[in-house]
Amino acid sequence: MKKHTLAVLVENKPGVLARISGLFSRRGFNIESLAVGVTEETDTSRITIVVSGDDTVLEQVKKQLNKLIDVIHIAELTPNESVSRELALIKVEVDATTRSMVMQIVDVFRARIIDVATDSLIVEVTGSKGKIASMQRMLSQFGIKEMVRTGKVALHRRSKTAADTMLEEHQKPEEE
Amino acid sequence: MELLSGGDMLVRSLEEEGVDLIFGYPGGTVLHIYDALYRHKTIEHFLVRHEQAAAHMADGYARATGKVGVVLATSGPGATNLVTGIATAYMDSVPLVAITGQVPRQLIGGDAFQEADITGITLPITKHNYLVKDVHDLPRIIKEAFYIASTGRPGPVLIDIPKDVTTDTLDFNYPQKINLRGYMPPKSADVQQLREAAQFILKSERPVIYAGGGIIISGAAGELLGLAETIMAPVTTTLMGKGAFPDTHPLSIGMLGMHGTKYANYAIQESDLVIAVGARFDDRVTGKLESFAPNAQIIHIDIDPAEIRKNIRVDISVIGDAKAALSRLTGLVKEHQPRTGSWLERINKWKKDFPLQYKKDGLKPQYVVECISELYPDAIITTEVGQNQMWAAQYFRCTRPRTFISSGGLGTMGYGFPAAIGAKVGVPDATVIDIAGDGSFQMNSQELATAVQNNVPVVVAILNNGYLGMVRQWQELFFEQRYSSTIIEESVDFVRLAEAYGALGLRAERPEDVKPILREAVVSGKPCVIDFIVERNENVSPMVPAGAAINEILDLE
Repeated sequence: MKKHTLAVLVENKPGVLARISGLFSRRGFNIESLAVGVTEETDTSRITIVVSGDDTVLEQVKKQLNKLIDVIHIAELTPNESVSRELALIKVEVDATTRSMVMQIVDVFRARIIDVATDSLIVEVTGSKGKIASMQRMLSQFGIKEMVRTGKVALHRRSKTAADTMLEEHQKPEEE
Repeated sequence: MELLSGGDMLVRSLEEEGVDLIFGYPGGTVLHIYDALYRHKTIEHFLVRHEQAAAHMADGYARATGKVGVVLATSGPGATNLVTGIATAYMDSVPLVAITGQVPRQLIGGDAFQEADITGITLPITKHNYLVKDVHDLPRIIKEAFYIASTGRPGPVLIDIPKDVTTDTLDFNYPQKINLRGYMPPKSADVQQLREAAQFILKSERPVIYAGGGIIISGAAGELLGLAETIMAPVTTTLMGKGAFPDTHPLSIGMLGMHGTKYANYAIQESDLVIAVGARFDDRVTGKLESFAPNAQIIHIDIDPAEIRKNIRVDISVIGDAKAALSRLTGLVKEHQPRTGSWLERINKWKKDFPLQYKKDGLKPQYVVECISELYPDAIITTEVGQNQMWAAQYFRCTRPRTFISSGGLGTMGYGFPAAIGAKVGVPDATVIDIAGDGSFQMNSQELATAVQNNVPVVVAILNNGYLGMVRQWQELFFEQRYSSTIIEESVDFVRLAEAYGALGLRAERPEDVKPILREAVVSGKPCVIDFIVERNENVSPMVPAGAAINEILDLE
C-alpha cells in the first residue's frame, strides 16, 4: 500500500491529539507513524502523519481531518518537494573488543555516540527510514539491548512559515 | 461592568443566542446553573424524566423549528445518558448544544463522585466539544458552540462545565466576533462545477433527482421544486429528505432504497443521470454499491466535502449550500427544453404497475398511517424506529419540510415520542403525532410524565403488533421464523399506562374505529396514547434484501 506524509497544523490545545488519533481509529485509517511538536508559533502545533492507503483513503483522511475544528491546515508532503527525517536511539552491547568496531560503523553512518557505559553504547542516528533500518541491521550483530525511534518529521522545501501557510488558507478566494 | 458568576453568565449567554427554552434534568454539578435559570426566569426549562429524552426533545425541537436545540444535564450519569441523543443528532446533522456539568476542576481525573470524561466519550459523536477550564473562556465557548452547531453541516456541540467554573465570577462581555481559524464552512458553490453539472443535465434524457435531508436543513425545498419542474425530472427523497419535495407532486416518486417504492428504485437503476443533493449514499439507500445506478453519471451536491466520494464514485461534485447551488443550477438550465417526456411516461407506468400496496383485511398498520395522512396532512409526524418508521415513510404523504422527523442515521428506538414533545413545544400550533411501535414506545414512555406536567398535547399512535416487528420480519424471512426474543405481546396495557400518568389512553381494534379515535385524541388537547391493535404478522413491503441491488426489490406477503 502507498504511504503518504501529511503535515497537519493544529491548535496547540489539550486533547487535539486524541481527536486526531480517535478519528483514525474509528474510520479505520492506518497510521504508520505520527510525530507532534509545537511550531514557531506557540499556539500552533505541527503533526507529521504517515498514512498508508490508496488515493481514495488519502482523500478521506484529508477531508475528515479538515472537519476537525482544531485542525487548521493540511498539506501532503511529496518526497520531491519536502525533506524528512527520523531519529533513533540504539543501545548496543559492547565489550573491549567490539567497542571500536561499533564506533567505526557509527562513523560510516555519520551517526553519533551519545552515551558510553562499560558494557554498552547509545547511538543516535538520524535519516531516512532506510538508513535507520540498515544501521539497526549492522548493529544487531553486536546485540541491541534497547531501541527507540521517533516517527517521521517532514517540512516542505519552499521557504515559508506556519503563519504563511495559515494565512494562505484564510485568503483562499471564495467565488461568489 | 457586570460581575456575574459562571452560572449567570451561561444563562445570559444563552439569552444572547436567542434561546428561550431548554430541556434538562438537574443534579449536583449543575445546581448553580439551575439556580441561575430560576432567578433569571428568561428561559423556560422542560424537566424530563430521563436525560436521553431531553436530548431527543432538543433534537425534535431543532428539526421542527430549524433553531438550535439546547439540552442541559449533570455530570457523570446525567452526561452519559445524553450519549444516545447526541449520537442521534450527529448522524442526522441536527444543530444541538449539549451542556453538561462536570466535577470541580481540582477533582477532574481522580474518579470523583459522578465524574465521567464526557468530552472523551462524545469525541466521535459531536461536531466539536469543549471542557471549560476557565470562566474567562465561557462566553466565547458558548458563542462558538452555537456557531459551529448551526453552520455548515450542522451537528451537536457539547460544553462540559466544571462546577467551580459556574461559581467563579467575572465581568460579563458577550463576544460579537468569532475567530476560528480551523473552521470555515463552505458558502457558495463553485460556479465552474455548476456549469459542468448543467451540461450533464442538458444532455440527460433520463435524470433522477435524489434529495436528502440537506435540502431541509438548507431551506431549499422551493429551489428543489424549481429545478425539478424546470428540467422535468422525477424526484426521489431519502428518509431524511421526506418533506423536501411534496409526496403529492406528479414528479414525486417517493422514497428509494431498502423499503422504498419500486418505481423509485427502478428509476435510479434505469437513469442516465442521478442528481444527488444533500444526501450521502447511505447503505440503506444504495443497496449493493457496485450495482447502484449502473447506467448513470452522478452529480453530487453537498456542503460536506468529506461526503463526496466517501461511498460512491461521482462524475461531478459541487460543494456548497444546497439552496444557493440549486438556485444557481436552475438558472443555468432554465432555457433548456426538457426531453424527459418518454422517461416520465415509463416512470408513470411503473407507478401504475407497481404501486405501494397492502391487503386490506383486518386492522392494518399501513391503514392507520393512511388515516393519519388523510385527516392530518399538515401534522408534524415523528416516528420511532423499525416497521412503524417505514410504514410512516411509505404511507404518510408529506408536503412540507420539517414535518417528518425520524432517526434515520442512528436508528434510535425511543426517539419519536420525546422528539414529538420537542417539536410540539417548538411549533405549538401544529398537530404532532408520533407514529410508534409497541417496542420503541416503551424505550421512553416515562416521558408521558413530562408531557402531562408541561401540558404538551402530542399524540402517540402505537401500531401495536406485540412484536419487535422489524427484527421479527428479518427472523421470519432469513431465520426460518425462529422468533428469538422478539415477542413482547401483552406485556403492557398502554391505555392504563397513559391513564396512570394522567394522559388520555385510547384503543382501536377495528378499521372503522381508526378515524374517530384519531379525531378524539387530537381534539382532546391532552397528551394521548392510542393503542392500535394491528395485524400482527404484517411485513414492511417491498423490500430489497441486504446485499442486493435496489432493483431486486421483492413484494412480501
